[in-house]
This record gives sequence, structure tokens and C-alpha cells, in this order.
Amino acid sequence: MALEYLGLSEISGPLVALEGVTGASFEEMAELRTAQGPRLGRVVALEGDRALVQVFSGSSGLGLEGVSTRFTGRPMRLALAAEILGRIFNGAGQPLDGLGPVYAETFADINGSPINPVSRRYPRDYIRTGISSIDGLITLIRGQKLPIFSGSGMSHNRLAAQIVRQAKLSGAEKENFCVVFCAMGVTKDVANYFRRSFDESGALERTVMFLNLSSDPIIERILTPRCALTAAEYLAFEKGMHVLVVLTDMTSYAEALREFSSSKGEIPGRKGYPGYLYSDLASLYERAGIIKDRPGSVTQLPILTMPNDDITHPVPDLTGYITEGQIVLDRYLDQQGIYPPVSVLPSLSRLMKDGIGEGYTRADHAPVSNQLFASYAKVADARSLASVIGEEELSAADKLYLEFGRRFEETFLGQGETERTMDETLDLGWQLLNILPKEELERLDGDLLEKHYRKDWMAFGKGAGPHGAADISDQGKLDAEQKEPDAGKAGVRPSRPQA
Amino acid sequence: MSENKDVIYSINGPVVKVKDSRSFSMMELVYVGEKRLVGEVIAVSRAATTIQVYEETTGLRVGEPVVPAGLPLTAELGPGILRGIFDGIERPLRDIAQKSGPTIATGVSLPSLDEKRQFDVTVTVKKGQDIKGGDVIATCPETAGILHKSMAPPDVSGEVVWAAQDGPYTVADPICRVRTKDGTEKTLTLRQRWPIRTPRPARVRKPIERPLITGQRVIDALFPIAKGGAAAIPGGFGTGKTMTQHQLAKWCDADIIVYVGCGERGNEMTQVLEEFSDLKDPRTGLPMTERTVLIANTSNMPVAAREASIYTGVTLAEYYRDMGYDVAMMADSTSRWAEALREISGRLEEMPAEEGYPAYLPSRLAEFYERAGCTENLNGSQGSITLIGAVSPQGSDFSEPVTQNTKRFVRCFLALDKALAYARHYPAINWNQSYSEYYQDLDPWFEREVDPDFCRMRGRIISILTEETRLLEIVRLIGSDVLPDSQKLTLETAKAVRAGFLQQNAYHANDTYVPLKKQFLMMKAILALWDKAGGLVADGAPLSKLIESGLFEKLGRMKYDIPNDDLSAFDALFAEIGALGGTAF
Repeated sequence: MALEYLGLSEISGPLVALEGVTGASFEEMAELRTAQGPRLGRVVALEGDRALVQVFSGSSGLGLEGVSTRFTGRPMRLALAAEILGRIFNGAGQPLDGLGPVYAETFADINGSPINPVSRRYPRDYIRTGISSIDGLITLIRGQKLPIFSGSGMSHNRLAAQIVRQAKLSGAEKENFCVVFCAMGVTKDVANYFRRSFDESGALERTVMFLNLSSDPIIERILTPRCALTAAEYLAFEKGMHVLVVLTDMTSYAEALREFSSSKGEIPGRKGYPGYLYSDLASLYERAGIIKDRPGSVTQLPILTMPNDDITHPVPDLTGYITEGQIVLDRYLDQQGIYPPVSVLPSLSRLMKDGIGEGYTRADHAPVSNQLFASYAKVADARSLASVIGEEELSAADKLYLEFGRRFEETFLGQGETERTMDETLDLGWQLLNILPKEELERLDGDLLEKHYRKDWMAFGKGAGPHGAADISDQGKLDAEQKEPDAGKAGVRPSRPQA
Repeated sequence: MSENKDVIYSINGPVVKVKDSRSFSMMELVYVGEKRLVGEVIAVSRAATTIQVYEETTGLRVGEPVVPAGLPLTAELGPGILRGIFDGIERPLRDIAQKSGPTIATGVSLPSLDEKRQFDVTVTVKKGQDIKGGDVIATCPETAGILHKSMAPPDVSGEVVWAAQDGPYTVADPICRVRTKDGTEKTLTLRQRWPIRTPRPARVRKPIERPLITGQRVIDALFPIAKGGAAAIPGGFGTGKTMTQHQLAKWCDADIIVYVGCGERGNEMTQVLEEFSDLKDPRTGLPMTERTVLIANTSNMPVAAREASIYTGVTLAEYYRDMGYDVAMMADSTSRWAEALREISGRLEEMPAEEGYPAYLPSRLAEFYERAGCTENLNGSQGSITLIGAVSPQGSDFSEPVTQNTKRFVRCFLALDKALAYARHYPAINWNQSYSEYYQDLDPWFEREVDPDFCRMRGRIISILTEETRLLEIVRLIGSDVLPDSQKLTLETAKAVRAGFLQQNAYHANDTYVPLKKQFLMMKAILALWDKAGGLVADGAPLSKLIESGLFEKLGRMKYDIPNDDLSAFDALFAEIGALGGTAF
């Protein structure tokens, strides 16, 4: 469409209105030429000959005169080629690294289109992250969307970087693994941290970065994850790669959406977020998965900071309803110096049940993780009781639970930046369960107990787990009386948690 | 009405307006734009007609044509529904995948039912016969286990002037011709259409008297759902709503399952597709898919179709009910449907009520749940629809509008609990918050079909759990050591109830489905030990000795150790319980 429209009829926040428009289509791209240079925008509502255009870089400096607008006749598209690996783009998909535009092999609509449930393949292959709490209890599956629920000041970035560094896909080659990193409203420092970390682990040339920093325009923030996921889908489903998408911070994204929605004058829902927040988040998260007869996969690792650590806040709440589980970080553990501070009880991986066990990880994986969850849930009860009546007054079983909880947090969770194999993780789980008397282990059936329970009782603590878990068992001496383990063995050694 | 007269005036998300038109009626189906996107008229005024579009509106232009279809949004009903997977407006997703690849394109126009597939039809009407609406005109085996009965539409009655021979026919072939009272002739086929927002008529509603047997102990034994009843399963994320719905869809003893994935995850629908084709129905030995139809409108598919998907599902359910089947419909999740209502309502700039939901939310919920029921159908057969809706309360707060309003219209409330889910106690149904109002209706059935003692035992199990809740309050303050042995026994027994009875492992072959007889014997064993141990403790026997006997542990494991098809091991268990204390103390 070669028609150009001169002038604007209204400017409000990032939105501008044009009158006398004919033939503009919903959600198509518009180019605004101003004295300061061109700006991009998108049609967000049409009424008669009036078109409402959202300007990506904001409307500051625009006047009703002096702007000429051209409609491009198509929705926003991203230029794609295999060469995008190693590149850095801004939130609207334009290169930031000075290497010039992408020589496009193809263009794709950044809104994507929903994957037909019939064409999906149910994800079953796990990704080994080397982190016990995740591998053992919240197993990440290829094609899953598993967010990290965190709070300001906690180590979510460190955890995400560690996952990217250590992630090993069962059966996949290094060559077809890549990372799409999408920053929304994070500080320059955080973006640099990820960049350095990818660089150190040698993943940088296999990484595409889309950066919308906290000072960048919010409208672009709404486009950033769409661009990133379009790139991820292209790499996965056209190029056959296994893509891990790190999206941070989803809370900033939702806030940008709220700001934009209120500037359009829409009726707000809970906490001022637009009523369509669920559908909007779903349109991003549902772009993870595997398609039948296509080799690649898109795995999402969104990070969101819960305002005031409140898991019932609309953003974590709606996210939890869409994603396939969540990894929740806990401030108390964080303050104890336990890293990664994964709060295992509210954490969950929905796809785990089909991706673990015989043929995937190990036959005893599901029962062991179930039992660890169940036993750790009782630790909280024992602790709250101890805080009321004192630890000395506890029953023998409750004292063992306290001991179990302490060891669990110190060794199983607090592994620091080390890497453990699945066998090491599960053996460590057994060692911890050995602390508890047999009748408390109601999730394990007789055969398993027969096979594993206190089998390495004598060797326990001497570094000879049944599968050679030498480097970890030294922290788990079983003497229930010995309350203070040797100091200085683990990288992180928290003081003993008090109830 | 010329087609070019009605054109798009404004576009805002899924809502499109047409100015100054008289050609549309409320709830009419329309085709929007050059791509002929499917939409529905939701408001008509002198100035503008408002249409909600069931597909993505990206790329639509002002000035494109809008064409009325002349009929309301309807579902196509006929053989070929079962084993199918459809979107919210009954478009066949398998055919769409074949036509447009792995992603769903817009403007795809395909018939809901395969028009080429032939069924082996037995025509059940003869020339000269008088038929009325609902009468069966032909039958055909739709899937291995289900005989499809094609019926005359409810509004057609008259004399059959021509009937086809038995043989292979498609859904488009004429089966018979009927001369109605006003003298016109109507050709009937295996299929018919029905507007999804209108309940299909039935002759009478029958009282509720049979349970929906699910094989899930906490539901069947403690909070039974009735055939023809309505139940809600509310729970925050991660509490296992979808898991519970899947378990019900797999194991409940309905003839037909309609599973509506409304605004939920794509992978979940894929899982249902994959799992159900591998699983065998315990009653017929046939794959579960043979009796199942899936409606999948995942969270990233257009929001307006999500709103319609619930009605599409219940219309299909009513159609099979009319054939005389017991139908169970799972809707996961009704909150997403309510949110779709809210989203559309917001776009229409309607005055919001609580939390932004429209004021008509309760009446819409009521309309939906009232479509459940046991009925005597127009053709005299008897069928039922059981509705089981998952609710996803915001922030796991049960006081939010969807949960509260749902509670008013369902009689069985299975509250899922975060604390239980955190401890991986599944199904995480909280026994203190859940209830079933169907006891009175169903107790005679349980007493007749399972055991005269069944309901009394349920009462005792519930009272043990209630007593435990009370005792745990005390324990939380002063520890369990100070309690007398009799109360410690209550705690120990309650633990056996929770771990051995309420908790159920969906991944264990023996435990995923448990027949009523075994459920009864399990309750009986727990209560036998409770009675026996209570007597011994009263006589001064130390509780620790009783625990050492290992019987409590055995009760905890009987769900795994005693196979469903051979309950004789219970005899040994009862004998062991009976012998307790004989020589040891």
C-alpha cells in the first residue's frame, strides 16, 4: 500500500490515532516517518476510518503535524536465517550488535499460530541439569515450559545460567542444542551477567539474544518474547535444533502489558492487569513443545519475580495455571546461604511422571522423589512443633524428621554450582531416606525397601554409595546423635535451620 | 440481502462491529471477512451489530464483508463423533492438521463429520410408520463398543413415506423421508444439527439414584458423584485438577465420555489422545478412545471459541444421552470459560460485577450445570449426563466468584488442597472442605449393591478423620507424646486411612482403579483394626506393642498388596486382626 497519511488526530501514551484511513488491516505494521527518523508501529484497533496505532518506541517527540504514516499491509514479521545464532537483537528484532541486518532465509509472523494438539508430540525425554533438586524432584523435560518463581534479590539468574550451562539432553548432540535468551525489562547488569555466563560456558555462539532493557520502550517489551519465540520456533521446527528459551523477567512483561492496556482505556481485571492477561501469557507459554515428525523442540525456562514474594499475585498465579509446573525459590533458604534455594514443596514438574523411571532415568526415581516430598512435608510440621514445645520434647520420630530436613537442605538442595549425575542424585535421596525409620516410608513398596533401604548402612558416610556416589555421601553420616556435621566440606555450609 | 451491504466497521481483538445493519439476529452464525472467519452475533442494536469471532482477527480490514449464515451456532450430530477431537466450535482437528499442517490456520472450512466414511446402517423405520421427534430411525456401529442411534430431530414428526434399505451409508445419504403434519416432506439423514446454546428436549427428568462409579476411593466411598449429577473440582495450580479429571475420564462407568479441554494446555490434550488409545476400558476391554470424544480449545486458541467449547461439549453429551446412554462430561476448566466471558464482556465495555466478571456469570453457570440430569428421553429411552467441572480459582482462593457461584449449582464439591498436594498426597481432595449432597439419593444403591454396612462405615471413617483434625490442633500445640494411648490410636488409625485408603496412586496397576467391593473391604479392615485395637488399649495394652504388630503398616500397603481381582487375601487380614492380642499381650 503506497498511500501515506499525513498527520495524526490524537496522541495518548504510546498510542496514536489516524483518521481517514482506508484499507488498514488489524494488527498490521505501520511505519511513521518523523523529523527524528522512522518509527515502527502496529494497528491495535480499527473503527470506521479511524486507526489506532501503537508506536513501539513511544510517542515522545511526536506532534499532530509532521508525521507521515504508511501501512505495510502485513503483520509484524521477523527475518530469520540460521545465521541468527550468536547475534544480539533489540526487543523489536533489530540488530544491536552492529553486524547489520539478517540476510533472511524466511520471514515469520511474530504472533505465531497455535499448534494443533493433534500435531503435538507428548514430551517424554528429560533434560539433565545436574542439579539434584531439579533432576530428582522437578525433572525438566524437553519441550516443557517450566518457570522459575523467584523474588527480587534471589539467585534466579544464577540458577538459570547454571541450568543453561549444565543442561544435557538425553540423546541429543551438542551441535543441535541452542539457547534463545529473551530479556524483558531487566537491567544492563543482568543482561551482561547472562552474556558473560554464556560466553564462559562456550554457549555464546549458539545463543540468540533479544534484549529489551529496563530503560527501553515498554511497547517493544510486549514484542520481545514474541520475537524470541518466533526465532526459537524457527530454529527448532525448521532447523531441527533443541532450543532452550530463557525468558526474564515475565513480571516486567506483564507490567508492560498493564501499562499499555490502561493507556488504551481497557477495563482492568485483578490488580489492574487486563482481563486477557491469561490468554496473552498463554499465547507465549504455549509456544513450547514438540511437533510430530519434526526433529527439534522448544523448551521454555521463564523467570518471574513475585512481587512481595506473593505466589498468589496474578502473574505467578496465571503463569502456574498455564505452565507445566514451576520451580519456586525460597527466601528463607536463600538467606541460609543454601544455593540453589529451591523450595521443593510448592515446586512441581507436571511432565516429570512420564519422563522418569525405567527406560528414562531409573526405576526407583518416582517412588524416591515421592517419598522425599512426603517426608520433607512432615519436616515443616516437626519444626513448627519444635518451636512451640522445644526440640528436646519432640518424639523420637519427629527428631529424626528434623535431622532429615537439615541434611536434606544442606546436601540435597545446597549443592552449590556443582553438577551431579542422576545416579548420584537418587543415591543421595536414598541416603537421606535412610535416616528415617522404615515405617515412615509409606510411599515405597516392599521390594524397593528390600533392595535399597539401609543397604549401604555400613558403608554410609565412607563414600561408597551403591552407585559410587563418592563425592556426596561424605556429608551424610548417619549418626543421628551427631548434630554438627564436619564443617567445610560443602561449598555452602548453612547454619542449622531453626524452626 | 445483498452480500456487500454488510461490512466490517470496527475491529477490536475478537470483537467486530457492523454498522447500520438489519440483516442479523441474535446468536446467529456469521462469516466475517474475505477469509470467512466463523463468528457469532452477540449484540444487536439499531446502530451496530456486535460479533465475536472464533478465529484470530489479525489481518482483517474495515470494509470486508460480513455474511449471515441464517442459523445459530450449531453442532453437527451424527456417527463419527466418537474417537474424534474437535475444537471449540466442533471443527475436526485431525482434518485441520491434514489440511493446514501442524499449526491451526484461520478460515479453514471443513465439515465436522467425515462425509465420505460409510457406516453399516440398519434402518429401523418402515414406510407408513408414524414417527415423532427423537425416534430412532437407524442404527449403526459407530465404534467397537458403541451402537449409534440416529434419531429424528426433536421438531420433526409425521409419517414415513420412504425408507432406505439396510446397507452402507454416509452421514449425508438420505435414510428416510417424512411427511409432516403440514404436508411438507423432510429427508432425514444420519446426522442432524442442533444449536449449542439450547438444551435438547427430554420427556421428563428422573430422580437421581445411581452413583457414577469412578474407582477412586475418596470419591466413591466418601464423596460420591451421582449419575445425572453435577460436581465441581476446584483447586489451585499444581493440586491435580487435570489429573483427577483424567482419572475420572479413564475409569468412571459412563458409556460415553465427553472431555472438554477449555483453555488448558496443549500437551494435556496430546496426553489424553496418546494415553486413552493405549488404555483398555475395564468393563469392555476395548480402548478408552472408543467411547470418548475430545473437545480441545487450548489456552492459545481463540478466546471466543473457548467460550463456545463448553456448550459444544454439552450438546454432544445430550445427543448421546438421547440415545439412552449414560454420558459423563469433564470440563477442564470452567474458570477459563468464565474468563473468556469476562474478556468478551470487557471488549463490549459492559459494566463489570465482581472481579471484573460480568453480572450474568451466575446465570450462565446455572444454565450449564442444569443441563446435567437423568432423563426419560423423547423416544422413551433413559439416559443421563453427569457434569464434572474443574475450577481454577485465582490465587487458590475459594471465595472468588467462579468457585462461589459454582458451589450454588453443584451438589458434589471436591476441594483440592495445596498442602496435600505439596506432600504429594494424591488425589489431593481435602476431606474437611469437600462434600457430597448425594448421600441420601445414593445410599440405598450402595446398601443394595455393595454391602448393607457400606454407608455406616463411611460415616465412621469420616468421623475418625474429623476427630484427627481436632486432635492435630492439640498436637500442634503440645506434641503428640502427652496424648493418652486411646487418642494416639485415633491418630494412628487416621494415618492408615489417609495413607492406605484416601491416597491413591494413579500410576500403580492395582491402585489406579479400585472396585467398590475392595473399597468396602479396605474400610472394613481399617475399622476392624480400630475396634480391636480400641478394645485392647482400653484394657491397658500399650499402643507401641500394637504398632509393632505391623498391622497398621499392612493396612497402609493393602492397596498395593491385594490385587483387585482376588480379594481373598482380606480373609487372612481379618483373621490376623481378630487374633491380635490373643497371646502377645
